[in-house]
Amino acid sequence: MNENIGVPELEESPLKEHWHSLRQNKTAMAGLIIIVLFLLVGIFSPVLAPMDPLEQHIELRKSAPFTNGYILGTDDLGRDLLSRLIYGARISMIIGVISVSISLFFGVIIGMISAYYGGIVDKIIMRLIDMMLAFPYILLTIVIVAVLGPSLTNAMIAIGISQIPSYARVVRASVLAEKENDYVLAERALGASDRELMFGSILPNCLAPISVQATLGVGTAILDSAALSFLGLGAQPPTPEWGLMIASSKEFITSAWWIVTFPGIATLLAVLGFNLLGDGLRDILDPRLRD
Amino acid sequence: MSEETLLSMENINVHFNTRRGVVKAVRDLSLYINKGETLALVGESGCGKSVTAHTINQLIPMPPGVIESGSVIFQGRDLLQCTQREVQDLRGTQISMIFQEPMTSLNPVFKIGDQLADVFMAHQDMKKKEALAKAVELLKLVKIPSPEKRAYDYPHQLSGGMRQRVMIAMALASPDSGLMIADEPTTALDVTIQAQILDLLNDLKDKVNMSLLLITHDMGVVAEMADRVVVMYAGRKVEEGTVYQIFDNPSHPYTLGLLNSLPSNDKYKNSTRLEAIPGNVPDLLSLGEGCPFANRCNWSSDVCNKSFPGKTELAEGHSIWCHNATKVIAEGTKTNG
Repeated sequence: MNENIGVPELEESPLKEHWHSLRQNKTAMAGLIIIVLFLLVGIFSPVLAPMDPLEQHIELRKSAPFTNGYILGTDDLGRDLLSRLIYGARISMIIGVISVSISLFFGVIIGMISAYYGGIVDKIIMRLIDMMLAFPYILLTIVIVAVLGPSLTNAMIAIGISQIPSYARVVRASVLAEKENDYVLAERALGASDRELMFGSILPNCLAPISVQATLGVGTAILDSAALSFLGLGAQPPTPEWGLMIASSKEFITSAWWIVTFPGIATLLAVLGFNLLGDGLRDILDPRLRD
Repeated sequence: MSEETLLSMENINVHFNTRRGVVKAVRDLSLYINKGETLALVGESGCGKSVTAHTINQLIPMPPGVIESGSVIFQGRDLLQCTQREVQDLRGTQISMIFQEPMTSLNPVFKIGDQLADVFMAHQDMKKKEALAKAVELLKLVKIPSPEKRAYDYPHQLSGGMRQRVMIAMALASPDSGLMIADEPTTALDVTIQAQILDLLNDLKDKVNMSLLLITHDMGVVAEMADRVVVMYAGRKVEEGTVYQIFDNPSHPYTLGLLNSLPSNDKYKNSTRLEAIPGNVPDLLSLGEGCPFANRCNWSSDVCNKSFPGKTELAEGHSIWCHNATKVIAEGTKTNG
């Protein structure tokens, strides 16, 4: 009767256990540290930035790094590059989080309904998703921006919408596997409604693949918004957005390399951080890859 | 025991439309359960026991399942005529269910206390704190040691026996347990735990005055638990009677075979091997109109392959469905004795 009494507790709560394996995973930790740094920079940008990112000093334009009191130099209009990068971190983090939230919200609902109800509902939804996936992804984003008009907000919406199919697929796949489990039938036998089953009991069991996808998605979203801004469809000048900074300074790549290089490095680091963490999470959350 | 009928199923036919054809999982099945009674539904794997249970609270996946005909009268209402919503309200309140796989029937990502509390909050207007207190109370009722601590455990931290207790506790969370369906509640457990769980079920049954539909293939469990027994074979009811009638006077060839294949003490003295029923369960896809047991039966005659036999009543409440009833009874008891 007292099966478990006297047996020492070896098992930790799943969250603690995952945190433990995350700390063991060096690349994931590196990713997490980079992300936390960028987040802190984004949150405290007014405190950290040495200058106003929009303030122009034409006479000091294209100052090289560590000259005239500018750590990373100035751009073609004499604005402090470091301050612009710091404010750019805030914009990029917001873009990443908001566009991923949009795709997550709709992707989860669509994928869940598709997998849970199955049959004709699933067929119709999945064919629509297939149609969206048949478009080259960046082209789809551009089309949406073209319809909505170029601005940073619309870029976020466009990136969010165009990423919905991949989230819907991930959610659908894991729900399909999860909904056949006995506990779903058991909870239904206890009187749970469809909605309770979908979002109360099945969804929490699918969080592992979804969180991996979302983490990788933030990196992709940052990169895409930089690409959209580079094409003039995202942030508009004088917003200190990294992609826009690269676009507006590309002709100086031979004469003032720092103006185009540092925003590039910032983008690279941010995306790298999310990709490292995403890959690490995948290793940690997939029991088959764990030892 | 009160003789009031709680549930009666009449002429239930359940089909599954599969790619290979129509599987007639349950055919012309009728049964009833009185209030406070334990009815055992016995038969081998795939004979339609679970489908019968799932017909009651309508957990049959549709499609591919179809309830072709019949009625399920529960407390005066035909559940097959009720809306989804009405049946959903009955599940977990009037009709609760215990599943056979305790290892997978609990949601792995929630603490067991929370899962129990959820059942309370779903059916009765209760605050989280109150529901948790009730959950701990139930864990105590099903004899889980240190329930206050265990409520904060995840399912993977419990052993199989403990999880089955939690499942029973969840089924008991209903305010008014009319009917509890236990679908092979002890199959996945080892023998010592099995006995504890059965004792617990018997105990609780008296305490909360519920009826129990016990689905099993284990005649030992039947002997221990049941008041009445329905023996099923390939979707058909072949024998029905009280537990004493079935064990003292088994009369259908299939029931005889089932009881003969049990290990018993005096049989060990004479032989070292268990007797098995020859042959296999017929393919449910290619069932004809005849008696499904005909090809494995020692007494089968031409008529057995032509039509399913009518009812032969042997005593009050004891019936078999067999063409050669008189012959089987005359000879069968000899081989059994």
